[in-house]
Amino acid sequence: MNFDLSDEQKMLGEQARALFADMTPFDRLRTLIDSGAEWDEPLWRALADMGFLGAAIPEEYGGLGLGALDLGVIMEALGAANAAVPFMSSIVLAAEAIRLAGSEAQKAAWLPKLASGDAIATFAYAEGPGPVFATGAGLKGGKLTGSKSPVADAGIADIAIVLVAGGGFVLVELDQPGVKRTKLDSFDQLRPHFRIDFDGAVAEPMPGVGKLDRLIDQAAVQAAFEAVGAAEACLHMARDYAMERQIFGRPLGGFQAIKHKLADVAVATELARSNAYYGGWAAESSADDLPAAAAAARLSGIKCLEMAARENLQVHGGIGYTFEANCHFYYRRERMLAVYLGNRGFWADRLLNAQPGSQVKAA
Amino acid sequence: MDFNDSPEEAAFRAEARAWLAAHAPVHELPVGAKMPDTEEADRGRAWMRELYAGGWSGLTFPKALGGRGLSGIEAVIFAEEEGKYHLPKGPFTSIGTGMALPVIAKHGNDEQRARFIEATLKGDITWCQLFSEPAAGSDLAGLRTKAVRADDGSGDWIVNGQKVWSSWAHLTDWGILVVRTDPTVPKHKGLTFFVVDMKTPGIETRPIRQISGASEFNETFLTDVRIPDANRLGAEGEGWACCMTVLMGERLGSGAHRSGVEPLLDFAAATPDGHGGTMLDDRSIRQQFAEALAEEQGERFFQARLRTMVSKGENPGALAGMVKLAYASRYQKTNGLALELRGLAGIAPEAGDTATGDVQYDYIYSTVMRIAGGADEVLRNQIAERVLGMPGEVRMDKDVPFEKLNG
Repeated sequence: MNFDLSDEQKMLGEQARALFADMTPFDRLRTLIDSGAEWDEPLWRALADMGFLGAAIPEEYGGLGLGALDLGVIMEALGAANAAVPFMSSIVLAAEAIRLAGSEAQKAAWLPKLASGDAIATFAYAEGPGPVFATGAGLKGGKLTGSKSPVADAGIADIAIVLVAGGGFVLVELDQPGVKRTKLDSFDQLRPHFRIDFDGAVAEPMPGVGKLDRLIDQAAVQAAFEAVGAAEACLHMARDYAMERQIFGRPLGGFQAIKHKLADVAVATELARSNAYYGGWAAESSADDLPAAAAAARLSGIKCLEMAARENLQVHGGIGYTFEANCHFYYRRERMLAVYLGNRGFWADRLLNAQPGSQVKAA
Repeated sequence: MDFNDSPEEAAFRAEARAWLAAHAPVHELPVGAKMPDTEEADRGRAWMRELYAGGWSGLTFPKALGGRGLSGIEAVIFAEEEGKYHLPKGPFTSIGTGMALPVIAKHGNDEQRARFIEATLKGDITWCQLFSEPAAGSDLAGLRTKAVRADDGSGDWIVNGQKVWSSWAHLTDWGILVVRTDPTVPKHKGLTFFVVDMKTPGIETRPIRQISGASEFNETFLTDVRIPDANRLGAEGEGWACCMTVLMGERLGSGAHRSGVEPLLDFAAATPDGHGGTMLDDRSIRQQFAEALAEEQGERFFQARLRTMVSKGENPGALAGMVKLAYASRYQKTNGLALELRGLAGIAPEAGDTATGDVQYDYIYSTVMRIAGGADEVLRNQIAERVLGMPGEVRMDKDVPFEKLNG
């Protein structure tokens, strides 16, 4: 047993953190929000230049061919920075959907462009309130009809991988007459979501079927890494503020009410990180263990970031409620990440369904 | 990163598994069995002897001292395999191997190491821990039991005072003891550490009746107990460093357990809900199960990260307390849920329903897990101060000679 990241993975994480720290300070996030930007384009170009976009894309398609843990350390750094880039949409979900379910021609056409950042993709699964993974949209004679909402990053995406009737995926180029994109009022101002109406849009079916479970399990592990990174950033932000802020003649951080709160956040974050590591290991090395590993990672990721984002703002007091303080970025992202790809109840079911013993699957 | 065994580890595991398959069943206890303390302790000693004879005792201790000189990972592998059996290992063996031996190995002299380590690994000596006192639990350094040199020139120490919460003190051979030898200096500085033969005249143990109904803890009264100076561990006045070594061993030892969530799931899935389904169809129950499973996995994998650190020679420090902090509360929640799932049978099971009896015991026992080995609040302070670097608690007794303290 060697349950630790390799030195190369630790170095990759350092590089990613350094890049985000350099390019996306909090003032940059405020500027993006005030200008109504849909993403941080220079940051995306820098991620492409560093090879991060292609980290987990096979070498034959222009990527580096690394694994889920390598992608995970990048996602953790991205979460810590609260970066406004379509990494989850384009790389973790869409590129991986093409790799898992695409035809050779689809892979050859799109994976190199996604790895280089020349094209952006998204994964369209929900159809408003109701089941998270909805299949109302469908193909009729090669044309896609129906609506998907909300879809992250759809405003800047060139293509969408769309979950359709029957549970398969289709690949749709978004810049065509049969596609209408409407920007929604997104809770996370740095992760804009859209409604997409397809009215007879040209769509290419993807040959791989039955890949949805694998795709969302892998994405759940990456979402857990993102949550752990964000939770740790909140924890350190709260700790640093509490050490600096003097109250009743001593640092706020000297009060047990604050220390104990942050100790609990630290424990939840380390447990979630441990589950994310296991999920990353299972995604690479043990497919049978992945469903339970992914669900546990997802649940503990939601839990630690929920605690961390709420208590970070609370520790900051009234200052935390101002736009100039930075707590709100994580507070909004936390709720977005908590429902993205299915909420707690959805993943609780998946975790129980993945337990050995068929009677557990009763519900 | 690899969660699986390396080829060498797999070979070690196979060797351990084969040996256990041949020897452990003879010692295995029936599930739910209740037996007198003395019998349980005797069975524990017998299993220690069997382990020693087979070369499985003291895996991480140097060969020269009777151990096997292996890394921490092998000890974990053996513990995992051993854990598949219901063996008579309890505080009467683990306090010796997990707490007394590390402090003797680190702070003792050659003579003490030769005298105690191999004998403990063999099961010939069992240990209790004489640390806490009625007024010194979480504030351990506030202890009042005192030792003074005998006035006969022998160099012996005369000890007077009272200890409490000493698990199995009534059945064990030796104790690790911390006492105050200098009340004129601040409280952490005037302590000295000893090993003491529990049969020494003047030692009286009185059982404490616990809320579980058991009496595994004791109050121990020490009246003019004479301890030779040869039984002092480390220098006079340096007892606190010895205590820290013991507590580190205790924290690392009290880690995550697979604590019955899976059997509980099976129980829920097999128990009708009265509406044509099972208890597991209830969404709130599913949510509670999922949370418990995710937390249990997180504890287990965090423990795996700590073990990896230890095997690389790194010291996890205050991180070691995180697993105990998380585990103890979850264990309480899980057993509370388990009682609830049994309906009224949970509060009054039919005769012979040992499974429910065990859950009741575990629910009660979980209360002490949140206190023993560092109360939740103490561990939170340590995590905040040593992991997050937050300010220490305000200490009114800092730099004050012990004898000048109030209370």
